[in-house]
Amino acid sequence: MAKKPVTFTLNGAERAAFADDGENLLQFLRRGVGDLGPKYGCGQGSCGACTVLVDGAPHLSCLMLAEAVAGRRVETVSGLARDGALHPLQEAFMDGFAAQCGYCTPGMLMAAKALLDRNPRPSRDEVVEAIGGNLCRCTGYAPIIEAILAAAERRATA
Amino acid sequence: MALHRGRGFAAINYPIGMNLGGDPSQALVHSNPEGKFTVALSSIDLGQGMKSVTRQIAAETLGVPVEDVYVDTADSDTGPHCMGSFASRGTHRVGNAVIEAAQEARAVMLEAAAEELEVDAGDLVTDGRGSIHVKGAPSRAITTMAACQAAQFRQGRTVSGRGIFLIPLSEVDPDTGEMTPVSCFAHAAMLVEVEVDDETGEVRVLDMQSAYEVGRALNPRLVEQQLVGGAWMGMSHAAWETTEPRYPDRAHGPVDFNSYLMPGPGDIAPHHISVLERPAPDGPFGGKGPGEMCANPVLPAVCNAVYDAVGVRIDELPVTPEKVLRGIRANGGARPRGRL
Amino acid sequence: MMEFRKEFFADDRDDDLVTIGQPVRRQDILGHVTGRSPFYDDHLFEGLLHIRCARAPHHHARIRRIDTSEAERMPGVVRVLTGRDVPRNLNTLLSLLDFGLDDEPILAETKTAYRGEPVAAVIAETEAQARDAVLKVRVDWEELPHVLDPEESLKPGAPVVCDVYPLNRFVYHGKYDHQKLRYGDVEAAFAAADHIVEGRYQMSPIEQAPIETCGAIAAPEVNDRYVCYTGTQGLFFSLGTAAKVLQMPSSRLHFVGGTVGGGFGGKVDSVHEPIAILGAMLTARPCKFAWDREEEMQVGAPRGAERWYIKDAVARDGRILARKFTGYFDAGAYTRLSSYAVIKSVGHLPGPYTIPNVSADVYCVYTNRTPSTAMRGFGITGVDFAIECHMDKVAETVGMNPIDLRILNAYRDGDMKAHRRVAKNCALVECCQVVADKAGVTLAAEARDATSLTGGGGARGELPAFTRTDDHGRVEGFDTGSYARKGGTAPASASPPRSPVPARAEGQRASAGGSMPPADAARSRAPAQPQPAPQAPVQPPASAAQVPPASERTAQPGAARRAGALRFSSLSGFRRR
Repeated sequence: MAKKPVTFTLNGAERAAFADDGENLLQFLRRGVGDLGPKYGCGQGSCGACTVLVDGAPHLSCLMLAEAVAGRRVETVSGLARDGALHPLQEAFMDGFAAQCGYCTPGMLMAAKALLDRNPRPSRDEVVEAIGGNLCRCTGYAPIIEAILAAAERRATA
Repeated sequence: MALHRGRGFAAINYPIGMNLGGDPSQALVHSNPEGKFTVALSSIDLGQGMKSVTRQIAAETLGVPVEDVYVDTADSDTGPHCMGSFASRGTHRVGNAVIEAAQEARAVMLEAAAEELEVDAGDLVTDGRGSIHVKGAPSRAITTMAACQAAQFRQGRTVSGRGIFLIPLSEVDPDTGEMTPVSCFAHAAMLVEVEVDDETGEVRVLDMQSAYEVGRALNPRLVEQQLVGGAWMGMSHAAWETTEPRYPDRAHGPVDFNSYLMPGPGDIAPHHISVLERPAPDGPFGGKGPGEMCANPVLPAVCNAVYDAVGVRIDELPVTPEKVLRGIRANGGARPRGRL
Repeated sequence: MMEFRKEFFADDRDDDLVTIGQPVRRQDILGHVTGRSPFYDDHLFEGLLHIRCARAPHHHARIRRIDTSEAERMPGVVRVLTGRDVPRNLNTLLSLLDFGLDDEPILAETKTAYRGEPVAAVIAETEAQARDAVLKVRVDWEELPHVLDPEESLKPGAPVVCDVYPLNRFVYHGKYDHQKLRYGDVEAAFAAADHIVEGRYQMSPIEQAPIETCGAIAAPEVNDRYVCYTGTQGLFFSLGTAAKVLQMPSSRLHFVGGTVGGGFGGKVDSVHEPIAILGAMLTARPCKFAWDREEEMQVGAPRGAERWYIKDAVARDGRILARKFTGYFDAGAYTRLSSYAVIKSVGHLPGPYTIPNVSADVYCVYTNRTPSTAMRGFGITGVDFAIECHMDKVAETVGMNPIDLRILNAYRDGDMKAHRRVAKNCALVECCQVVADKAGVTLAAEARDATSLTGGGGARGELPAFTRTDDHGRVEGFDTGSYARKGGTAPASASPPRSPVPARAEGQRASAGGSMPPADAARSRAPAQPQPAPQAPVQPPASAAQVPPASERTAQPGAARRAGALRFSSLSGFRRR
């Protein structure tokens, strides 16, 4: 099977790995690169558990070809904490009991990060819109919405 | 064509644990040389907080800070048997097993402390912050760490304990159904307000007012997680979900989340929860299991609210716009009841 | 938004605890927010193989022939498994509890009973290759008539779904084709009632829909063992099932799990672990078997459909005098856990109300659909939907506020329940009052003043003077020693049951303590264990003293013929009278 070398930036560090022909970004990140942060939930682009940021914008990694990130900047939940310091979203999810099983959390956090990066003080409706493609079966969403709003607040007042 | 509001009510109780018993769980607790404890289980944390609630139960029973306890689960080589995480049995069954194991370990820790302090173990208490002292004489004290070190390096004791909880199996009478199902029940009541569009048949849940009786809320935030998420699931069961929309016909079965519908973050309703606590006599610190029952009252409450709003009884779930519209047409128009 | 109503039941609580009651952060939360919590699929293996199943396209079909030769020649395919490769290719989940008969093949060999039933498992280097090869498994099908509606399935001449249960229904206690509840005399109450309220309710089948789909990874471990990383909800359930199906000592299996991406009841069935381990055994390589989302929704066992008929006798003042249920649990093609749910449901009837006459006939019915299994509220959610919709109709019939009606009929401490145990620790009345108060619903004075602690017991705590029983649904030729074994000894209802459960002793039935066995007085503990400290919860007796000796157990009819690998409970009581 043909393998293609893919060079890209993952959470700030340059990485190179071989992708199988037709391999999607989710499998490439997990099996090829060893970043287990993004999760498989459906493989159909309908649950959001695999959400990563590519050049700052949220993407469903299960629907994206691995080779499409060549030369681009990929961010996953694994890089959210920097230099030992948690991201305000991570702190807010912990304080707000915004995760139960934790399986949707990596994708949820990345969708929220994309929002806060471009809109530091979103309204509740904008938060709802931003996580509209990310399913959670445990929480009923309310704690997640509150946590994202709290993180925005925390960043603004920090 | 108009929007109609209606309110519906439901009340339920729920049996805790596999209802005929016969479902044991075990726990092992031991201290490392510094008085930090590990609880070994084979129970499953699928989001409900198994690791967290058993950690608090162990810390409370041992009398040590919660930071000094870590729950390790589930590895069949190191964790003792557990029936599993289902039937609202985790908190109740596993919690009781953890208490028994922690009591045995605590007894050794206190005996070790007593030997160091040259007092009777029966006179010792823990403060829950890492100290053991003589009842009424806080200055005659030893840290839990020092007691565990003394036990292991001077006295040759293992600070450890075993626990199991089993409600023996109940038989069932074939002719009358006489049986001994479960040992305690959780309770709930729920009032739901909906808005029904008599043109489209769409139902929106606007508000939920609930009361849940959970025995004792061992961790109020974990309880809140279950009640908020569970009521959301109940609302989803009522008006969104099914694997067979034409049941018993198997056609049109969903294959993805675009065809298997659930309320999204924009569809949720405010949920005002009141928690009541009537401790279960046989529950760990009185705790029952809130995780399953929280969804149950929402389904009928939504159906009753739809009837209140437009006079249509939906006796087949889920409440779809099609069923609502057909009902309204059969009645010759919406017939609001306004009973609640 | 959550508040505590500490004024209720304050006398029942000592609020002097240190850690219990505190909003301590979850132990696992840091792992969750950093993406480092180890779910089963987060364990990387060099040379991991992928398993996918070829599945039946028909509701019901005979298998004339399975030809895997073309699939085996496909790129990347390492091996194709069929039923012949499975050491014990027939199982029922609850055989670990000695409940029910083995009825479901791991990989079907002679016929399939639902659309999506697996007939072969392809093991390949990549998931894509496994998918391609699955399409090349050739099966010569002979379509059979099928039945999808549970009430149709019970009619004479309906297609037989599962040969093990030729009546298309589970047989309870070797005696009846359903589980009965009989308490008092409902027919007499119907004859005398002011109102009769009837209803039919249909609970829909529902997918558990955890965001992590079901799956397992198995790999050869050192010293001739196999490790299995799994998303199961019952670690030893899955381990025991794998040991039985693979006919392997459980000591050779090492199961790791406990961090699961949602379950909701859908991860009990232990479908993946045996096949993943079998793959690892036969290929000597790590194997992953997982459902994709479509399989999770269509071949993963859902919450089963339930159909309920309820008939109430109601007095003019709103008191419910009698309630009769007929219930049908749609088990789908195989039992899984539905047989148990029926009993759980019957023990729950008539809901949280004190009704002097109750009757129920509840059936576990087989149909040609995906087997159903547990989901949040299993055995209860569906009938509670029915009961509470019905209560609304009763309230309307008698012209009462629906909350007043619930409080009027609510069970209270000391009341006798329909399964013949005394209620205790009740709190339904208070929950109703709190909601009414919050929602601004004005209750009748009696409802406002009611409590769960008062008004119960007395005559309400007595067993009915007369209970009408009947032989309806009697089956012949089944062994009482099992739930449904055909051709065994004649039913021996006259012989007294061995009673391993102290709570069944006559004297305790109506005690104020209700259904719990006595506490420390009856404890028989191992001498090495210390006495419980004062804050110990009340616990039932330890089990060891009540388990019959092994020789006695194997002497049970049918027991010796069983193949359960593990016996978790004190056993035979579950299936015997």
